[in-house]
This record gives sequence, C-alpha cells and structure tokens, in this order.
Amino acid sequence: MFSALLVMAAIAIALGAVLGFAAIKFRVEGNPLVEKIDAVLPQTQCGQCGYPGCMPYAAAIADGSADINLCPPGGEEGIHKLADLLGVDFKPFGGDSAPKAKSVAFIDENNCIGCTLCIQACPVDAIVGAAKQLHTIIASECTGCELCIAPCPVDCIEMVPIEENAGNWKWKYPVYALTPTESMRPPQ
Amino acid sequence: MTGYLLILVSAVFVNNIVMVKILGLCPFMGVSKKLEAAIGMGAATTFVLTLASGASYLINQYLLGPELAYLTTLSFIVVIAGIVQFTEMVIQKTSPELYQVLGIYLPLITTNCAVLGIPLLNVQAKHNFMESLFFGMGGALGFTLVMVLFAGLRERMEGADVPVIFKGSAIAMITAGLMSLAFMGFSGLVK
Repeated sequence: MFSALLVMAAIAIALGAVLGFAAIKFRVEGNPLVEKIDAVLPQTQCGQCGYPGCMPYAAAIADGSADINLCPPGGEEGIHKLADLLGVDFKPFGGDSAPKAKSVAFIDENNCIGCTLCIQACPVDAIVGAAKQLHTIIASECTGCELCIAPCPVDCIEMVPIEENAGNWKWKYPVYALTPTESMRPPQ
Repeated sequence: MTGYLLILVSAVFVNNIVMVKILGLCPFMGVSKKLEAAIGMGAATTFVLTLASGASYLINQYLLGPELAYLTTLSFIVVIAGIVQFTEMVIQKTSPELYQVLGIYLPLITTNCAVLGIPLLNVQAKHNFMESLFFGMGGALGFTLVMVLFAGLRERMEGADVPVIFKGSAIAMITAGLMSLAFMGFSGLVK
C-alpha cells in the first residue's frame, strides 16, 4: 500500500516538474494585440464567427484575416469597441463577408415581355428567345454572373441557388489556411 | 527487423484498433465529418500514442513491476494526460502552424480510449521497448488510416441520395460496420 502511494506520488511529482519546466521553457509570447481583442470579445466560445472560439477569432482579427463584424453575441456594441480598438471604421453585421451560394439565373416567364435585353447582356449565350417571344435560361450553361439582372426592364430575373447533390459535389477546400511565417518568405 | 515490420503491419491492418478491436470509436464517429479534421486528429494521435507507448513501457517495467501491477491503468492515464499537455506546449512553441491545424484535437486525445488501450495491450502481450513503440505507432497509423478513409466516405455521403430515416449518424454507423467487415478480410494476412 505504502509503495503504491509512493510510486503514484513520484509519477505526479515528476510529471508536475516536467510540465512546470515546459511551461517556463516553452512559453509563447502572445501577441499583445490578440489579448486586447480577446478581452473585448464576449467569451461565449460559440463559434458563430466560424472560428473554434474567441481566442482564435481574436488571432484572426489581429493578423487581418478576419473582419470585425462576425461576432453575433457581441452585438453592434462589440463591433464599435473593436473598431475603436483597431482604429478602423464601424461595419454593420455580416456585410458581404460570407461568400454567396452558387446559383443560376431564372426568368419568371409570366412577366417576361420578350425585349431581348438580357440576351444581349449574357456573356455565355445561356439565354434563348427572340423579340416578342418568351426568353428562358439554359441552366447548365448559366455561370451565375448576374449580368442579366440589371438590364431587365420588368425585373423578372432572379438568382436561384443550386442545391448540392451527388452530381455536382466537389471536395471542399481545407478550412485552416496555413499562413507562411517570416522565416518561410523568400528574401526580398 | 522482420519482427518489427510484422508488428507494424499487424497493428495497422490485421488488429486495427478501431475496426477490429473496436476502440476509439468516439473520435472515429465524432471527428470524421471533414477530411482535414480527420487528418489533424490522426496526426495528433499518432504523435501522442507513440510517445505514450514508450513512456508507459518504461513505467510498467521499471517503476511498477509485478507487485504493483494493479496500478497500471491509473498510472497510464496520468502519464498520457501529462504527455498530451507537454506535447501541446512544445508544439505551440516550436510549430505554430501545426498547433493551428491540430487545434482543439490535441486535448481531446487525453480521453481517447485507444490511447489507453494500446499501452495496456502492450503490457498484456509482454512487448519489449522497441516492440511497444512499433505497436503504438502501428496502432496509431491504423487509426489515422480508417479516420481518413471514413471521413472521405462521409464527405461523399453528404451529397448522396440517402433515404430520410438513414440520414446522418444512422448511415454512418452502417458504413462503419461495413468497413469493419472489410477489415476482417485482413485477418489471414499475418500468421
């Protein structure tokens, strides 16, 4: 019994010593800006910004890879505080930070007057039709460039998101972008 | 040398820790939704498991011995937790890029039963130091292999036309079962 206590105590002391030593030896000097930004964030660790917690989001803001308007729990007040801290302008929520879903144009044929303006605008000839005839979109040719929306005089064109299925599924790009450090950059 | 190679091959394919021994199912189901997350988890586990196998061998051999054998599980858990902590600090200092990729998966390894299971299996099989290291590394490589394969399958299943009642975890469970059946095909590989 006594030897068991002794052995476990020895393991605990040895590990404690190693970890304590490592905490001093391998201490990472945090970026002071990251800590200031982290102090402003609400610390809900909800991940709604797309980062796995407040600290990673703060680090992403500090190195410029994330916008300041991605934190819903912080509210507009939080964005104001971040804008003051970083000396940038206030931005409303979301903005155009989120990439748009892939979509194709769709013509509402009840409203189309057959003016051919959209046909002239389409860079890939994905719209068929003639003067005074209904126009329609060839969905497989449409690139989703939205150039046909502006010229339509009756606003009968809208963008319809493409649903993901087995036919058009693609491998996703990695979530974590590896940013090169100073030492990895080629010399100027 | 052939002995070590046999241990490696047997740990990766024949006695695969997830598919044959059915250990470490929590990260196998939990962290396999995305391919890069699965790779990160596999890499972190490989690193920790190889270290843990060596350290637990030393502890079992030189500190515990036969009369304190009842302390193996307890001491292994403590040592694994310590190694994970230590690894996290070292990686954060030496390679911030790797730290960023592994992220939250490093601390999760502490509670991965495969990481405790392999040192215990080492004790049971009476492996020596090098055999323990190879068995640990092989087990972890096998874990990484099935994690990556399964994550790839699950990414493809996202877009597949699965019946409503089988969607999500149900079809993942069935797929895992089929993968396990497939790994039974390796059972005659090493005599």
